[in-house]
Amino acid sequence: MPKFTVQKLNTFYGKNQALKSVTLDVEANQILGIIGPAGSGKTSFLRTLNRLNDLLPDFRMEGRILLDGEDIYHPKMEPVMLRRRVGMVFALPVPLPMSIYDNIVYGPRLTGVRQTSRLDEIVEKSLQSAFLWDEVKDRLNSSGLRLSGGQQQRLCLARVLALDPEVILLDEPCSGLDPISTAKIEEALTVLKSAFTVILVTNNTMQASRVADRTAFFLMGELVEYGWTDKLFTHPDDDRTNSYITGRFG
Amino acid sequence: MRIPPRFSQGIVVSILGLATLVTLSILIFIIGFILEKGLPVVGLGFLFTLPQDMGRAGGIFPTVVASILLPLIAVCIAVPLGVGTAVYLTEYTRESAVTRIIRFGADCLAGIPSIIFGLFGFIFFVTILRMGWSLLSGGLTLALMILPTLIRTTEEAIKAVPNAYREVSYSLGATRLRTVWRVVLPNALPGIVTGVMLGVGRSVGETAAVIFTAGSSLRLPSSIFDSARTMSVHFYILAREGISTENAYGTAAVLILSVLAINAVAYGLMNRFIRRRS
Amino acid sequence: MRLSGEKWVQRALFAVSFSAIGGLLLIALFILKEGLPFIFNVGIENFLFAKKWEPQAGLFGILPMIVASLWVTAGAMIMGAPLGVAGAVFLVEFTPKSVMRVIKPTIELLAGIPSVVYGFIGVMVLAPLIRSHLGGPGLSVLAASLILGVMILPTVISISIDAITAVPNSYREGSFALGATRWQTVRMVVLKAARSGIVASIILGMGRAIGETMAVIMVAGNAVKIPHSSLDSVRTLTANIALEMGYATGLHRQALFATGVVLFVVIMILNSAASAMVKNRMGGRK
Repeated sequence: MPKFTVQKLNTFYGKNQALKSVTLDVEANQILGIIGPAGSGKTSFLRTLNRLNDLLPDFRMEGRILLDGEDIYHPKMEPVMLRRRVGMVFALPVPLPMSIYDNIVYGPRLTGVRQTSRLDEIVEKSLQSAFLWDEVKDRLNSSGLRLSGGQQQRLCLARVLALDPEVILLDEPCSGLDPISTAKIEEALTVLKSAFTVILVTNNTMQASRVADRTAFFLMGELVEYGWTDKLFTHPDDDRTNSYITGRFG
Repeated sequence: MRIPPRFSQGIVVSILGLATLVTLSILIFIIGFILEKGLPVVGLGFLFTLPQDMGRAGGIFPTVVASILLPLIAVCIAVPLGVGTAVYLTEYTRESAVTRIIRFGADCLAGIPSIIFGLFGFIFFVTILRMGWSLLSGGLTLALMILPTLIRTTEEAIKAVPNAYREVSYSLGATRLRTVWRVVLPNALPGIVTGVMLGVGRSVGETAAVIFTAGSSLRLPSSIFDSARTMSVHFYILAREGISTENAYGTAAVLILSVLAINAVAYGLMNRFIRRRS
Repeated sequence: MRLSGEKWVQRALFAVSFSAIGGLLLIALFILKEGLPFIFNVGIENFLFAKKWEPQAGLFGILPMIVASLWVTAGAMIMGAPLGVAGAVFLVEFTPKSVMRVIKPTIELLAGIPSVVYGFIGVMVLAPLIRSHLGGPGLSVLAASLILGVMILPTVISISIDAITAVPNSYREGSFALGATRWQTVRMVVLKAARSGIVASIILGMGRAIGETMAVIMVAGNAVKIPHSSLDSVRTLTANIALEMGYATGLHRQALFATGVVLFVVIMILNSAASAMVKNRMGGRK
């Protein structure tokens, strides 16, 4: 069974329609890359998957989204519970104004984990999976704001991993980062996909071609093409996909 | 003959500058005058001994205690109400008729003169609720007086917290309460403290509302149900009844220094808060 | 789980946020409850327009106090408003930003000086001066006006500064580009644009002056008679309440509450006018 099943998703912000009848399946334990020019609805799509769009007063959606077969917009589904299973890393690294340690345990504490030994374990494991442990293990109590951009973003990734989610959503996570930090994050994602499902929005088509197993191309709110990355980049079905990839627009 | 613009500007600027100078001089004169006449009287003895002969001699210790306790009580009551209101207005609702009514209430409350608060406190807390002249009556009345300021400063402080922090907290599966308590409020704390200090400053200098609610007993208060005299009330009585000009100056000096110090801390905090944001 | 608790938190906060308006309603309720019956019993002509205030004889005319409050407030505005606005204009338009960054907080600090201190200075310094140079008892309308004028300066200056700084720089630049001097720009462009904010500051200052009690008690003399000159001793509405509340009973006390009602109504009107001015500025310009 696919991890996410999206059926005829339409989203609206007030009178503006952001997504038009998007239908796709996201397979488990794979990296799905989402590419497309600015304003194509990629971020809107991502935020619908963890119901972060609920925070916006004018937001409306039509269609169905199933996570492991359950409708995530069903009245019985608590957004709070959903967001522990579907974590998100944002474009701009936003460490919470606390120590590195507190940043990571913020989520687990919410689920009721109290034992210091367990929390310490979680911190080490998450930071290791984000390839950040070695750099910060001696200063876990210093503020998260003191890290460099690339480190902060890996901190944000570790923070999400600490909740042991099933899905990790990333919204242009490397847009402000230098090539080395970018490489570290891409490396982490490639390792992580064996245990999680990863959906990565990126405006860097090269990154998608490096990392993603499958890729989806969004244009102006529509899902234009979706398939194995190799095929999409070498023999795309749609002309528009071809134009975008070869750089004719966007 | 047409006066050249540069010339008339020169005249105007001089007049304006003079006006500003006059303003500042007056205000500085007032402080200087009180401090000059009052500081010689003030010493540790003055602050910590009990008054004798209705204040003709001795110190002002009970009034110092009252001036600390009364704002403290007011703050303890006003902070939960004010912060709660501000949190509700910013985090839990959008602008609507209801929020406008709430804000209107707070704005009106802010404009009411202190004598009316005194009348209200006297009728409601002292008489009807039978709390008598007491620190409690005074504290409740002052709490109402400082509530609008607290709501306003807390609202601004909360609004200044970047939205990104909230989004991150929610995306980690936190509830709204958790997000507010763990992320938003701690970040807004300097702004909230500023509002508290401004409220304390106002409470310390307040006289009309306090006389009719906390009374004017010179005895050292032993509980919040006791009547007590604050420094500003004591100063007023000393000055008006002509009991002791010397001690009046001394009390005034302590009053002014306290209020100035409190407000300076408040504005210092506010500036540091603003600078940290940008 | 704990998730249903969210609804309770929201309800609790909703209740708490009505504390401000709840307090306001309570105040209005009790002041009116104690004061309105009196006004209806005694009649408005015998209250607002009668000249004799002798509680023991059952006479409750507050006209002398009304005149006193109006005169004292007018005097305070004459002194405080121009000085305050001039100061604000000078500080914003004719001094470098660094000066303002020091002076504005200083002025706001000075706003914290308790009113009793102002009153005391009035008694010790101002009243004797008036008595020796201008005659009369010294404790007079003039003394009260001067002291109140000084007291409202921080309010007027502070809010006027905010209003003037809020005028977009593009207005000024447009004027300069046409060859105007700074003063001409201020006079013809900035002041017009900031007008509603400045007027709001003056109205708020007026509200403070009318509502001021302690300072006025100390310097105005407190004689109950209609003043004929600025050197006369007077008693304002606020002073009347504060001086007699301590020992008033029965009808006398109700009369004082009724005076409170009058004050309350006047101040509400002034504050609404000030808010309306500010909202006008915000909404009217786009």
